[in-house]
Amino acid sequence: MIRFEQVTKRFQDGTEALKDVSVVFPTHKLTAVIGPSGCGKTTLMRMVNKLETPTAGDIFIDEKSITGLDEVQLRRSIGYVIQRIGLFPHMTIEDNVSLVPRLLEWPKDRTAKRVEELLELVGLEPEIYKERYPLELSGGQQQRVGVVRALAGNPNIILMDEPFSALDPISREQLQDDLRNLQQEIQKTIVFVTHDMDEALKIADRVVVMRDGKIEQVGSPQELISEPANEFVRSFIGPSRINRQRSFGERKLKEFISIFTGEPMGDALQVSGETKIDDAFSKLETSGHSYLRIVDGDRILAYASDRDLVKAALRKEEGEKV
Amino acid sequence: MRNFFDTLVSRQDMIQDAFLEHIYLSFVAVAIGIAIALPTGIIIARYRRYAEPVIGVTAIFQTIPSLALFGFLVPILGIGSPTALIALIIYALLPILRNTYTGITGVDGSTIEAGRGMGMTRTQILRQIELPLALPFIMAGIRTATVLTVGIATLATFVGAGGLGDIIYRGLQSYNNALVLAGALPVALLAIGFDLILKWIEKRATPKGLKN
Repeated sequence: MIRFEQVTKRFQDGTEALKDVSVVFPTHKLTAVIGPSGCGKTTLMRMVNKLETPTAGDIFIDEKSITGLDEVQLRRSIGYVIQRIGLFPHMTIEDNVSLVPRLLEWPKDRTAKRVEELLELVGLEPEIYKERYPLELSGGQQQRVGVVRALAGNPNIILMDEPFSALDPISREQLQDDLRNLQQEIQKTIVFVTHDMDEALKIADRVVVMRDGKIEQVGSPQELISEPANEFVRSFIGPSRINRQRSFGERKLKEFISIFTGEPMGDALQVSGETKIDDAFSKLETSGHSYLRIVDGDRILAYASDRDLVKAALRKEEGEKV
Repeated sequence: MRNFFDTLVSRQDMIQDAFLEHIYLSFVAVAIGIAIALPTGIIIARYRRYAEPVIGVTAIFQTIPSLALFGFLVPILGIGSPTALIALIIYALLPILRNTYTGITGVDGSTIEAGRGMGMTRTQILRQIELPLALPFIMAGIRTATVLTVGIATLATFVGAGGLGDIIYRGLQSYNNALVLAGALPVALLAIGFDLILKWIEKRATPKGLKN
C-alpha cells in the first residue's frame, strides 16, 4: 500500500503542483490517476519513487516512510514505465529488459531466464526478439518491452506515466487489454497516470480524479459514473464518455431491464422498451424529467434514471452479460 | 615530375624523419586534446550554465591565426616541440569539446528519465547511456580535430619543432618546388589516412541499434 499524507509540492518557480494531498493506493490494485494536464497527477506519481520530493507531508510504502530511504535502492524496487517509452536504443531488447536485474546484480542465468519469461508474458517470442534493437520494433512492441522492463526486478509497485498515450488507437486498445489480463496474473500495486477517461474506466480498479493539485474524487469506475462527487467530475467523465458509447447507445432499453431497479422519484416520462439508449438519454434531457417509465404496451417494465443508464453502460463494458 | 621523384629519393632520410616527427606531433597533440576536452565536455554537459563560457573561450583560441599563435607562444615558452604541442592542443580542443557537449546533451531525455526512474546512478547513466549514445558525435569531433592538427602541424617548423613543415619551408627558401611538394604531399596523405582510419572507428563506434 502506498499512502500519501498531507503532501504538498511547491516548485522553485512558486507553482503548487500538489496541495495537501492525502490518498491511498491499495495493494494489488490498479489505481488510475486522472485529471487535465497540469493537475499534478504526474508529480504525484513521481513522488513515489522520489523523482520528486514533497515540500511538506510524507509518503509511506507499507506504512514505512520513504523519506529516509536511499533513492537509487528505492527506484530499483519499483517498476517505472514512461510515456515516451524510453528504451535504450543502443541496447538489445534483452539488455533493455534485464537492466534492473543487472543493477541488482542477479546471477546471469536467473536474469536470462527472467528475460525469456517476461518476453513470453507479452507475446514477444524470445528467440526472435531478444537480440533485436528497439528501433526494429513497432511502437506497440516497444511499449510491451517498456512494460516488461518495469516488471523485470519483480517489484511490488509499478508506476506508469501515460504509457499508452503515444500509441496508435489499435495498439493502445490492445495494450490496455493486455495490461488488464497481465494484472490479473501478477497482482501488482499499480499507479497508472492518464488523461484518458475511457482508459481509466476500462483498466482501473480505482480511479483518483485530480484538478489543480487537489483530489476531487476517489472511487471505483462505477462509483465515479454513478455518483460523481461534483460538477467537475461529472463533466470530466460524463457526456463525452456516454457519447462515445456508440454501440451501447444503439441498443434498446428493454435489453437492460434487469439492472434498472430504481423507484421513480417525481414525474416519470413514459417510453417504449424499444427506445434506443441514445434516444432515451436525449428524451430525458429535453423533457426535464428525472425518470423514464419503460413500458411494453400497457405493462410497466421498469423505471430508470440517467444514472441507471450510465450504470448499464458500465456493466456492458465490463463484459457482463445483460 | 621527374625532379620530384629525384628529390624524394635523394632526401629520403630527411623526409622520413620529418614524417615521423609530424605524426608524433599530431598524435600527441590530439591525444592530449582528447584527454582535456572529453572530460571537460562531459562536465559542461552536466553543469550547463558553464557550457557557453567554456566553449566560448576555446572558440576564441580557434580564431587566433595559427601562425600568430605560434608567434605568441615563443616568447613565453621558448622554441621546441612543447611550444608546438601546446599550440596544436589548443586548436584540437574546440571540435572535441563541442561535439562531446552536443552529443551528450542531444541524448533523448526520455532514455535518461527511464534510467533514472529505474534506479541507475548518475555515473551509470553517463557510462551506460549518455556516452555510448554520444560516441558517434565524439568520434566525429576527434576526426575533425585530427585533420585540423595534421594541417597546422606544418607550422611547427617555425618554433623549431620539426615535422613536414621543415621540408616545405626549406623548399620555399630555396625556390625548390619539388621539395615543397615532397613535404606537402605526405601532409595531405597523412590527413587523409588519419581521416579514413578514424572514419572506420567512428562507424564501429556507432551503437548497433542506431544504424538502420
